[in-house]
Amino acid sequence: MQANLTKAYALANAQLLRSAPLPKSYTDFLGRKLFLFLLTLQGLGAFALITLGVILRKYGVAANVVHPRIRQEIARSGVALLPMFLFVALALGFLIVGQTVSALAKVGATEYLGSTMVIVVVRELGPLLAAMLVLARVGTANVIELGTARALGEIEALEALGIDPVHYLIMPRVIGMALGIFSLTVYLIIGALVSGYLFAFMQGAPMTPGDYFTQITEAMNWLDFALLALKALSFGFFIAIVTCYHGLAQPLRLEDVSRVAVRAVSQGVIVCVMIDAFFILLYVFS
Amino acid sequence: MSESIKPAIIEMRDVNVATMRDDSRTVVECVNWSVMPGEFWVVGGQQHAGKSDLLMLAAGLMSPATGSSRVFGVETELLGEDQLAERRRIGFVFQGGRLFNRLTVAENVALPVRYQKDLRSTDAAKVVNHLLELLELTTFVDVTPGNMPGNWRLRVALARALILKPELLLLDNPFSGLGARHRQWLLRFLDQLWRGHAWLEGRPLTMVVTTDDLRPWESPARKFALLHEKTFVCLGSWGETTTNHHPAVRELLADAADTNY
Repeated sequence: MQANLTKAYALANAQLLRSAPLPKSYTDFLGRKLFLFLLTLQGLGAFALITLGVILRKYGVAANVVHPRIRQEIARSGVALLPMFLFVALALGFLIVGQTVSALAKVGATEYLGSTMVIVVVRELGPLLAAMLVLARVGTANVIELGTARALGEIEALEALGIDPVHYLIMPRVIGMALGIFSLTVYLIIGALVSGYLFAFMQGAPMTPGDYFTQITEAMNWLDFALLALKALSFGFFIAIVTCYHGLAQPLRLEDVSRVAVRAVSQGVIVCVMIDAFFILLYVFS
Repeated sequence: MSESIKPAIIEMRDVNVATMRDDSRTVVECVNWSVMPGEFWVVGGQQHAGKSDLLMLAAGLMSPATGSSRVFGVETELLGEDQLAERRRIGFVFQGGRLFNRLTVAENVALPVRYQKDLRSTDAAKVVNHLLELLELTTFVDVTPGNMPGNWRLRVALARALILKPELLLLDNPFSGLGARHRQWLLRFLDQLWRGHAWLEGRPLTMVVTTDDLRPWESPARKFALLHEKTFVCLGSWGETTTNHHPAVRELLADAADTNY
């Protein structure tokens, strides 16, 4: 357990580099940024592998303590965000789907509606928006909670009690966030598609609900379902990894916590975009 | 020579101690120290002398910069998941308690036993309540640490360290921030634990305490050591400590003499 965090500390020694004086040339500056980026990537990769290892080896360990924590995290990253997601689904339906449906109806191109909706809402906007909202709401809280616990010495206290901090603190958050984002993505997509049709219907689009949903289901294949699930779970896993890594894996002082939270959210956005790009490539080459 | 020699509980040989935050900075050098079963050690030193780091090293929470440190015969560098049994034999009370602020007092105390033995909260309640009664904490059962008086937080930390019935108890500067009444209570309770408390089925507890005041720990049965300017010095008994003319020892005794207990 101690070794897990020690490995992560060793990879998080970019702090010295960050606090070094500003380089005198642009090339040095870019070089330092690149070096820091690679160090962060290495640290995140190692932390992700450590966490994955702990999930696979210790999922059933201390189940009476850890599994209720997993349920709490699912509630926090999923159930508690449902009202907000309902609102966002209505807004998304109105802004994107409703306008697209009525625009396509005006030019008589409603036969493209299904594939357009699948590409825009199911493949792209739904998962990405769900991930961004959970990152903002729960990811930030993760960094602050873990960073504060680290700064107050609670992590050493856990180790002194023979409790693996990755197992007790990180595993529930990773599983909770992955399942939370997956569920919210599904609800967001369904909500956006339904509300989008309602808005389009109110604008007088000449389509029956049956035609609308038949087109969408025909435009989707098994790969869309599989990749959507994989994408949503990947977003959840990596957002939890980035936020927990910044909160837990580096020695912090209380005054560092807010700065680290900002950095974690920025990196969370970058990671989401990278995952999204990876899945676009998968869609293109599949 | 039929009497078998008991192995040391803590054994340090030529150990250099680094800080928890910066493992390249050595705070104590060349420590040679053995803690035998049933001993009660008091390690004195001024602030930032490296007392906490030495204690964390002894507990296996960090590795020595150089040298060999063993606890219950296991190298502290190797005290990982596979040595969980050794870890359970050590109780650690951090300075200030380091309690889990999101959990209540009862949850804080129950966590180690629930995690290590995979118990439901209802299954652990009996043993937790018994320990809370022993430490007079029953009025704070459902209170979170941030909402209880500072004097009582150390008792919660002590209860959390005792719940697994350890064989070695390490306390980092336990008097820090405690009022006179609580200091007296703590001295009495630690003495009972050391001699063999009913909670530990009468088994004597080996203890190491760090402090920046030596005088409250006056007892002929205790052993004393000093941390000063990166050196660790075993002073011996209370009598030997009071006759020691090392300026740092005089300072620790004088500091305490100015304080009313």
